[in-house]
Amino acid sequence: MEIKFKNVRDRLYIYLYGELDEHTSCAVRGLIDDLIDRNLSMGGVVFNMANVSFMDSTGLGFLLGRYKKLKSYGVKAYIESPRCAVEKVMLLSGIYEIMPRI
Amino acid sequence: MQKVNRMSLKFISISENEQFARSCIQAFCLPLNPTVSELSDVKTAVSEAVTNCIVHAYPGREGIVSLSAETKNGEIHITVSDEGNGIEDVNKAVEPFFTTKPEEERSGMGFTVMKAFMDKVNVESKVGKGTVVEMYKSFSSYPEKYSESDAFFEDEGKTPSNECDCEPARGENA
Repeated sequence: MEIKFKNVRDRLYIYLYGELDEHTSCAVRGLIDDLIDRNLSMGGVVFNMANVSFMDSTGLGFLLGRYKKLKSYGVKAYIESPRCAVEKVMLLSGIYEIMPRI
Repeated sequence: MQKVNRMSLKFISISENEQFARSCIQAFCLPLNPTVSELSDVKTAVSEAVTNCIVHAYPGREGIVSLSAETKNGEIHITVSDEGNGIEDVNKAVEPFFTTKPEEERSGMGFTVMKAFMDKVNVESKVGKGTVVEMYKSFSSYPEKYSESDAFFEDEGKTPSNECDCEPARGENA
């Protein structure tokens, strides 16, 4: 899994590329947490899922973990552009109640 | 005529093998002509079952995970089994959001995803002996040809289409 990011106005956009499962989420967790720690002045963090071709419940756990981290800093978390297969897992979990889809 | 196919795989419980298991089950399903949505359902369910083996059956150690499947008349029957720790209370384990590892960022949605994405899921487990997960799904489009609506576009930065089919694909090609 690859990640890219950009700052737009007061938001940090994190673009995820590839498949989000047990293996890949362990690999990018540290990278993304570093990125978050370096951007704590941001008003929000947006996880762009457009290039995530697969996600299972481990990926959900990963996103929820980032949500909890951001919440502890008072930063809002959002999800953007999930593909159909990923959206299905998101809807089943009700994650949009806490990480709104924008 | 009944067309039957069977396969059986064994691999060690390391997380790299989740993707391997998903790719194998995808390739095995293809002759049944599943829709994109059905195929991703099966892949996700298998990924959940295999992840459970890696994370819960053999935590911190290597063990053998078995994945076998049989297709018959447009239906697939998948078995994922291990000889690991087993599940103390299966009824509790299948509840949404239940996890035995809350400290590890687990969503507790594994069995919920399997049940939602497959037609039927059976779980049998014995503590200290292992767990067997059986899953069934029938494919709607079998034996028709692929329809154009199944085409998959990979646009960077955007969802493939505005009409996102996030419901089960049953009857999509009717």
